[in-house]
Amino acid sequence: MNSKKLIAYSVRLVLYALVILFFGWIIKNHYFDYIFSESSTFLVLMRQHIELVVVSSVIAIIIAIPAGILITRPKFRKAEWVVSIIVNFLQTIPNLAVLALMISVLGIGFKTAVFALFLYSILPIFRNTVAGLDSIDKNLIDAAKGMGMKPSQILFRIELPNAVYSILAGVRTAVVLNIGTAALAYVIGGGGLGVWIFTGIQLFDNGYLLSGAIPVTLLAILADYLLRKLENVLVPKGSRREANT
Amino acid sequence: MIAFNHVTKSFSEDNIAVKDVNLTVEKGHIVVLLGPSGCGKTTLLRMVNRLESISNGEIMINNKNSMELDAIELRRNIGYVIQSNGLFPNMTIEDNVMIVPDLLGWSKQKKRERFTYLMKLIGLDAQDYRKRYPHELSGGQQQRIGVIRALAADPPVMLMDEPFGALDPIIREKIQDEFLQIQREVKKTILFVSHDIDEAIKMADKIVLMRDGEIMQYDTPSEMLAHPKNEYVSKFFGKDRALKSLSLHTVKNLQDIIGLAPIDATIRDTKTIHVHQDLRTTLSMLMNQEADQVVVTNDQDENIGSITIDHVQKYLHFEIKGELSVSQEG
Amino acid sequence: MGIYYLSMQVLEGGFTLEEWLRFLEVNTPRILELTLDHAVLVTIAIVVALIIGVPMGIYLTTNEYLAGTILQAASITLTIPSIALFGLMIPIFSLINQGIGFLPAFVALVLYSQLPIIRNTYTAIKNVDPNMRDAAIGMGMKTHQRLLRVEIPNALPVIMAGIRTAVVLNIGIGVIAAYIGAGGLGVLITQGISRGDNYLIISGSLAVALLAIVADAILLLIQKRFTTKEIVN
Repeated sequence: MNSKKLIAYSVRLVLYALVILFFGWIIKNHYFDYIFSESSTFLVLMRQHIELVVVSSVIAIIIAIPAGILITRPKFRKAEWVVSIIVNFLQTIPNLAVLALMISVLGIGFKTAVFALFLYSILPIFRNTVAGLDSIDKNLIDAAKGMGMKPSQILFRIELPNAVYSILAGVRTAVVLNIGTAALAYVIGGGGLGVWIFTGIQLFDNGYLLSGAIPVTLLAILADYLLRKLENVLVPKGSRREANT
Repeated sequence: MIAFNHVTKSFSEDNIAVKDVNLTVEKGHIVVLLGPSGCGKTTLLRMVNRLESISNGEIMINNKNSMELDAIELRRNIGYVIQSNGLFPNMTIEDNVMIVPDLLGWSKQKKRERFTYLMKLIGLDAQDYRKRYPHELSGGQQQRIGVIRALAADPPVMLMDEPFGALDPIIREKIQDEFLQIQREVKKTILFVSHDIDEAIKMADKIVLMRDGEIMQYDTPSEMLAHPKNEYVSKFFGKDRALKSLSLHTVKNLQDIIGLAPIDATIRDTKTIHVHQDLRTTLSMLMNQEADQVVVTNDQDENIGSITIDHVQKYLHFEIKGELSVSQEG
Repeated sequence: MGIYYLSMQVLEGGFTLEEWLRFLEVNTPRILELTLDHAVLVTIAIVVALIIGVPMGIYLTTNEYLAGTILQAASITLTIPSIALFGLMIPIFSLINQGIGFLPAFVALVLYSQLPIIRNTYTAIKNVDPNMRDAAIGMGMKTHQRLLRVEIPNALPVIMAGIRTAVVLNIGIGVIAAYIGAGGLGVLITQGISRGDNYLIISGSLAVALLAIVADAILLLIQKRFTTKEIVN
């Protein structure tokens, strides 16, 4: 037992050490200097990046969750398998291509990037909404109906509360992916922290490269963390245990 | 009261689940729909609260045609219990039990009082369980919560679809007893689906034996065991139906007809049985030879005599076999 | 409908079917070559990821403390945006003069594959019916016999599911690798963007999508071939 614990702790320690070493190396080589010397540009790019992600994610959530609810209603259920095949195919199209193809629709710029990010974020949210609603025990719905609940009451009191975990996991996946894809928005003139990453690649400038890449990484990890916290708040206590195992 | 008039359910032309069923469930009775799987018993039950549509005929609930009532209103006035309890995992026990009263717009005060009353019925502490969630309860407790949830708004009619089917035998028996106790108090009109013969005999005021969507016989349990209408019915209840019918008779019945033996004070290894317990339990106690003598006790816990296998055999001969032989002649 | 509208818009933005066919006629050899590059990069990365990930997943079932740490680290790795991870790799590999090209892309893909492979191996082995394990021990199997004959065969479908996730993920991420000079189908898309050439972009993305679908189908086939029917059910 103790030797296993020891191994676990030393691995943890090594991982921490690597991260610290990495940041030490960065600071020693002044790779973060741009963040301070060009702080106004950095803040603009950061703000652009967050705007890209927030605007596109919010629109995606507004569209994808109701769409997922709609397709699982009895009237549209028959179309579900067709939709899932289409969705699975679209998921394999690379995010860079989605961005690129939008140029010919909307030209280059911020709006195009938002639109492409929005399109790309719909899929995980939609998929998880459908999966969450589909995974609810049919007996629960039967019981609810038998007790005289209206379809809307069944949706809001039974189905959605029990699907919240899955839906939120979809939102989390979408937002984290979105933060990464937004870093590609540079290639279609959408701004964001990707500007520094690509500048860094083109100029072989580690400073730009890391001053762009590390904030994007931290942004993604932070978003993941915060959305997990949100799950703890929003998922009903009773269905939480089920969801976590 | 529930009345089925020429009720038919067909899913397609050659898939007819229920064929021209005529049946009246008296007020305050438990009627058990019994039969093998696929015999149409569950479909028949689900037509009452219109979870299945009626292809032909009508179902009258307290003299009102169910099709003329609003489906939602109708369901709120019918308690519904299913095998997999159907408790909502996202809601607390109190919210689960009080869901129909909540839909009906009861006040918080009224709901709380009702919850406390119902929990008392099943011997659980209301305060203790109020804020707990279904997954924190055992299977037996969940099923009992499922039962009182159906009783919550005090509906006159209850539908129970194999409510105790998923429980292990010991707990099932306990909950059956408890439910009969509750029924004595609340006197609901109950339609109860089961595939378990023993459960049907125990729970039913009357049994409906079904096969391929048709009623084979509708009778009281003792009548059905004693006078099976056709070969299917007698086969369904099996060769040991005389033995099964013992569970419909109590030690008291036996005492009234042939009396008990005196207690032999010299035998020290004895077991006791209550005068209201059924003869099937008594017989198995005697057969298992758990004791050299079985002593009968009354309500005051006084020993009033002893019982032997001979007694049971005699009683079986006079009371039950007599009836059986008559039925075979007829 | 929205998809149809969008595709019509794309077509209007300088795209005709005849032109595309002519484009394919000329460029098919190149597309195939890049597809092969792409597949090779992903395959090598997955093989290495398997060599690390499967034994790691199996070992983790014997050490709960370490399992927590490793799974958490792998999960954080997967949240790192691909372009950012490539960006982090460049300066590090520059130290050994390999900053641009195959090596950083390969390492990034191996890292990304770890979570699905380790996690699925770990959960699959953990979930093998304890009775089955008991029976194997009771029959006198040694640890490695038990692993090879009982645990791994029963865990295979879940492990394969993890591999499939990793492969599809890597084929998508491999596109970005074009920006750090690792070649592959991303080259078509990045060139298409800089030249404003829809034929390049569409051909590149369709090739990526097809590669992902074909790879997934092949892996599914392998999975079925090596799984006994009883386990599938």
